[in-house]
Amino acid sequence: MALLEVNNLEVRFGLRSGEVTALRDINFSLERGERLGVVGESGAGKSVLGFSILNLLSKPGYIAGGEILFEGQNLAAMSPKQLRSIRGNRISMIFQDPMMTLNPVLTIGQQMVECLLAHRRISRTDARRIAVQKLKQVQIPSPETRIDQYPHELSGGMRQRIVIAIGLLMDPDIIIADEPTTALDVTIQAEIMDLMLDLCERNSVALMLITHDLGIVSQMTRQAMVMYAGRIIEQGPTKEIINDAQHPYTQGLMNALPQMALPGQRLNQIRGSMPPLQNIPTGCAFNPRCDYVMDACRHELPGFTRSGGCRVACHMVAQMKLEEEAAARALEVN
Amino acid sequence: MSEQIQPLDAPPSAWQRFLDSHLWHSFTKDRVAQFSLLIFAAYAIMALLAPLIAPYNPYDPAQIDILNAEMPPSWEAGSDPAFWLGTDAQGRDLWSTILYGTRVSLTIGLCAVVLQALIGIVIGLLAGYRGGRIDSLLMRFADVQLSFSTMMVAIVVLAVFQATFGTELYQELAMVMLILVIGIAEWPQYARTIRASVLAEKKKEYVDAARVIGLKAPRIMFRHILPNTLSPILVISTVQVANAIIAEASLSFLGLGMPVSEPSLGSLISSGFEYIFSGSWWITVIPGAVLISLVLVMNLLGDWLRDVLNPKLYKG
Repeated sequence: MALLEVNNLEVRFGLRSGEVTALRDINFSLERGERLGVVGESGAGKSVLGFSILNLLSKPGYIAGGEILFEGQNLAAMSPKQLRSIRGNRISMIFQDPMMTLNPVLTIGQQMVECLLAHRRISRTDARRIAVQKLKQVQIPSPETRIDQYPHELSGGMRQRIVIAIGLLMDPDIIIADEPTTALDVTIQAEIMDLMLDLCERNSVALMLITHDLGIVSQMTRQAMVMYAGRIIEQGPTKEIINDAQHPYTQGLMNALPQMALPGQRLNQIRGSMPPLQNIPTGCAFNPRCDYVMDACRHELPGFTRSGGCRVACHMVAQMKLEEEAAARALEVN
Repeated sequence: MSEQIQPLDAPPSAWQRFLDSHLWHSFTKDRVAQFSLLIFAAYAIMALLAPLIAPYNPYDPAQIDILNAEMPPSWEAGSDPAFWLGTDAQGRDLWSTILYGTRVSLTIGLCAVVLQALIGIVIGLLAGYRGGRIDSLLMRFADVQLSFSTMMVAIVVLAVFQATFGTELYQELAMVMLILVIGIAEWPQYARTIRASVLAEKKKEYVDAARVIGLKAPRIMFRHILPNTLSPILVISTVQVANAIIAEASLSFLGLGMPVSEPSLGSLISSGFEYIFSGSWWITVIPGAVLISLVLVMNLLGDWLRDVLNPKLYKG
């Protein structure tokens, strides 16, 4: 049994102008110690996915269907009390901006001790000792001093380390990291990523890394999924997706990397932008921006096609596979 | 290097941090704030130490002699050197009575504001954090409460109480009643201010982070959000104490406040008002001046606090 299994998850937002579907047909699983990358443009539903796994969608969002099985128990149907015992304890989450994630008026220690006391029956001194130890694990220098400081007294990189330390506090099974390095500069970014990789491997923590940085995904994860307008459009082993992207959108993302452009030329971009959730185009949601658009794309939602170790939702890929098979069969017959 | 570098392992003490803070820095620059705090501190000490400072005990009938009634202050003709600020219509030493009266007024003001703050903070936090129907319901309550003026509610409640339970019981419980009435009538001020800041704070990521680590809602509200809304609370508190003192004085002036035997500044002003045309101006004017300056310095302090704690209002 997988540690986390998401089946047919559908998330909606009940807006005044009507219901909007933010996520649909989300299926994936996460094994113990596995690292999964979730990639997509802003607005693809990556963060909503992170929040819905913890069943923490704030109004007007809600889980409209499907199940989120954590060790076989459905998080979508749990009582608030059961959920609280899982949040932060078994599954923890790390956010994008470490300045905003830490409460500005409480010291680092107060915030860490509070988290420990909420989940375990231990004394304050024990909690503090564990907190210091975790700070040491994320390589904070002189943790005994830092623990009594306020977030504004620390640098951005240090704050994100502390956020990670809080995430690790209860030795969770899964960490959901929502763009953990977007707010940091590149050198710090690499340090933080190395640290997370190391910590996850050492403690066999499963990591769900939400990001729009393909470089980080290829470096950090084994499995990846690409999202577009609330759907998964391609999922499979990271290596395959990076080296041989099938879906035109994934290819577009890869081509948009600066290193893919020739010197002196404009960077390649995917023209247009993500459609708003209120009017997602019929058929394949990507069709208005796709270079290979066909008639079927405009009317029919593409199903998943196997391609190597990946699953791709694209009419063109499906057609190519059919043609390949036909050709192979023709060869056999001859 | 001439400058001493602070070693990393010696965190600055709380006092050092206070001296380095923007609050203290701005205070040292602001003459009005310094002056206001000085006067307010003087009043607070006077009120606290009233039994020690006052030459007479105005609550003790044995020390009052009706023959000393309406003595003018010591710089006027026909005064008695024993009574610095003169005496009131019952022969009480005005200086002692003002000291005790300030004590009563400040007590009522502070306690009423604590009560307002307690009710207002709980309701404001609940409304802001929970949102939806609870928010609408609580805020409609606040609107209804605000549409009655404080004075009207207070007058009706106090008059009804006086009529049903008699004046004697009323005189015993006057202070408690005043605190309750002023406290309950003004909670929407707090509730609205706090709700507004909670709505802004609730959207910040640290609240999500607190939910993500599995904390319960009351804990998030009181431990995480409330401390972040402290600066508006501080600012309105100073203004509200001043308002509560004025409300108490007005009620006392109307005869619904503190009894004459245990006067606050307001009832002292009121009791002297009858004699103002017979020439005994001091019984009204001196407590009046005390009341006005007390309220003024509190409002000035509140203004200063608002300017300091609101970064948008930084003046170059």
